[in-house]
Amino acid sequence: MKIKELAERLGFEVLAMPSPELEAEGGYAGDLLSWVMGRAEEGNVWVTIMTNINVLAVASLAGVSAVVVAEGAEIDGEIVEKAKEQGINLFRSREPVFETVLAVGREMGL
Amino acid sequence: MNEVINFHFAIDGNDFTSAGKASVQVKKLLRQLDFDSDTIRRVSVAMYEGEINMVIHADGGEADVNVHDNYIEVILADRGPGIPDIELAMQEGFSTAKDNIRSLGFGAGMGLPNMKRYSDDMNISTVIGQGTTVTMRFNVTGM
Repeated sequence: MKIKELAERLGFEVLAMPSPELEAEGGYAGDLLSWVMGRAEEGNVWVTIMTNINVLAVASLAGVSAVVVAEGAEIDGEIVEKAKEQGINLFRSREPVFETVLAVGREMGL
Repeated sequence: MNEVINFHFAIDGNDFTSAGKASVQVKKLLRQLDFDSDTIRRVSVAMYEGEINMVIHADGGEADVNVHDNYIEVILADRGPGIPDIELAMQEGFSTAKDNIRSLGFGAGMGLPNMKRYSDDMNISTVIGQGTTVTMRFNVTGM
């Protein structure tokens, strides 16, 4: 499924979507960046509550299809701009991590 | 490709927000050189971990990426405090990072283990009070 379809169907707030055609495949949830880099797979939707700038480097290096910030957490405008520059899809969900992951999984038929 | 291509980066130890810049750059360069995505991912993730380590523990350092015919070598050198017990540092979950670093999502004690896992060969040379050099080798099979 294309990441833009997933974002639309789940009603995520789209903060940055410079790469709407990326395929979303599976997901990963976590806030410890090294765990995410070591375990997330290419194309995964990454659900986290981390919102610092290093999230973008990790997203880029791990090759995730999108970062979904859960719990409606605040995100600095500078990070949104950087995400656009770096081609990283950045969404926000009002739901907690668990519910967000469930919704993504359901939509993917997992 | 016949000759070795070298990329050199200075890692700024004062700027935590720009940590990872060199690795992201390497990922782009390796893409341009048409390496397979698995190799690119392994190299860039392992290098990022090393870069972060240099920023957290050693006030920055130097990174060299040497692209050979059938392998890529990443050399990360710093003039930090050195690693007193490498075996301990290699254990998953062991970290000496401070709380302010942990609050950013680092310091999970996965840096060196991830570097080891993603590379085909890793060597750590460290002298207390003088610095640490980590050399990683990545075999390229998918070209």
